[in-house]
Amino acid sequence: MLEVSGLGRSFGGLRAVADVSLSVAQGGITALIGPNGAGKTTFFAMLAGFVRPDGGTVRFAGADITGRRPHLIAAAGLVRTFQITQPFAGLTVAENIRVGAFLREPDPRAAMTLARETGTRLGLAAQLDRPAATLTIAGRKRLELARALATRPLMLLLDEVMAGLNPSEVGEIIALVRGIAEAGVTILLIEHLMQAVTALASEAHVLAEGRLIASGPPREVARDRHVVEAYLGRGAAERMASHA
Amino acid sequence: MRWGLVCIALLMPLALPSQYLVTLAMLTLVSAGLGQAWNLAGGFGGLTSFGHVAFFGLGAYAAAIVQLRLGWSPWLGLPLAALVGLGAGLLVGFASFRAGLRGSYFALVTLAFAEAFRVLANSLDITGAGLGLQLRMAPGLEAFQFVDRRLSYLAALVFLVLATAAALHLRASRFGARLAAVRESEAAASALGIDVVRTKSLALALSGALTALGGVLYLQTYLYIDPSIAFSPQRSVEMLLVAMIGGAGTVWGPLLGALVLHVVAEGTQLLVSRPGVAPMMYGVLLLLIVWLLPGGIASLRGRIARHA
Repeated sequence: MLEVSGLGRSFGGLRAVADVSLSVAQGGITALIGPNGAGKTTFFAMLAGFVRPDGGTVRFAGADITGRRPHLIAAAGLVRTFQITQPFAGLTVAENIRVGAFLREPDPRAAMTLARETGTRLGLAAQLDRPAATLTIAGRKRLELARALATRPLMLLLDEVMAGLNPSEVGEIIALVRGIAEAGVTILLIEHLMQAVTALASEAHVLAEGRLIASGPPREVARDRHVVEAYLGRGAAERMASHA
Repeated sequence: MRWGLVCIALLMPLALPSQYLVTLAMLTLVSAGLGQAWNLAGGFGGLTSFGHVAFFGLGAYAAAIVQLRLGWSPWLGLPLAALVGLGAGLLVGFASFRAGLRGSYFALVTLAFAEAFRVLANSLDITGAGLGLQLRMAPGLEAFQFVDRRLSYLAALVFLVLATAAALHLRASRFGARLAAVRESEAAASALGIDVVRTKSLALALSGALTALGGVLYLQTYLYIDPSIAFSPQRSVEMLLVAMIGGAGTVWGPLLGALVLHVVAEGTQLLVSRPGVAPMMYGVLLLLIVWLLPGGIASLRGRIARHA
């Protein structure tokens, strides 16, 4: 579904993402993890067309989409959400979701029906007619998901949809994300919570300082020496190795 | 019911006893229509323009030039002016939005465009340079010139209805919803498949086309146009004021805004016959609105409903 090869981007002297290659097969959930500042969000931004890569290619559903503009990538079926939620604050929740629905459904009434269905499915039924500005953080995360889902994507790029939520809210979003994947949408997600990653993903890729340092099933990746080093530093990694 | 009342209210001025009062009512409607035209881009799309008079002047000059130089009927001047306004909107929009200009930068670019056109009109032969262009007086329907101001009033009413219909369309259509999304967050809108540059340029084009029609209406009323009338920054400000006072991004805001603005302007002129007082009142009014009622007069209804 998604094939990334040699993707890179520098900002001034800072190599934010360097030579990252990975592929995501159709169906299922893949996670992208890594410490703060590892380049995960920049990597996502390049996939979705918001940041132009200075090297490498992105192929999606058989076509080269490297450097295409964001709306064209969304139209091709690859849709991102934002870590810092971006609700259309002046519109109602249902109107927000309808903006997504309009991508495939030009008729305003049909789009509204689809939007309300999608919102209800994501647990926003009680908020549909309220201004999006009144939503809580958890509500905004659901809205990000609902809007993206209403575009009927082939693949979703979810950027920390669980950050800032309490444990019970995290549990609910995990169930929602799993439901979306089971309905046939391929998912690549950035996540900090290992609990969520191990619960959801069958495969994880680890970025550190812009480079891909490990790939594999989440539980194995979490034990990988380089990964522990990246998160905790060399000393901690050596102590853990000697205890094992 | 509500529509009926609006219709009756808008037709009442036809029964006014003097041509002077009918003229005042007509100017209020033109002002409301122009405010609505500004509102299509500035209110619904958040594309705050300080130079909308550029479209007004282009429309007026286009209609005047084809009448005087090519002998066209003014009725053909109308669609031509709309096309010119549309093209100018697309051009200015595409150039600015492609370059990522927004907010106050976009406002300054529009201001610069209007000034550039004023300078051009002042120096070109085809626009009659500083002397301007004078239409030949030929009252009658076929020349779109009316001695009876009630007919001018009806023409202005048609203009306002057209602009309001465009606003109603924006409120109900896919394009309008996408424009609102772009206004609220460009990043989120493009992530959902919306071409931001195209959406904003089209909104400006629609707004420019209607504003240009307003310019033709002015030309056919006064039969004269010169650079300082056609591209006066004061008219840009008035268009913006009408929309902001009434409620930017609402369908009825510009009509309310034009009514309030003209009542205040005429009232001031009756009480103090000193020039410059009316613009001062505009400033005071804008400050009051921004301070006390940022959503404009149209937002009062929601406030009252919440308190009741």
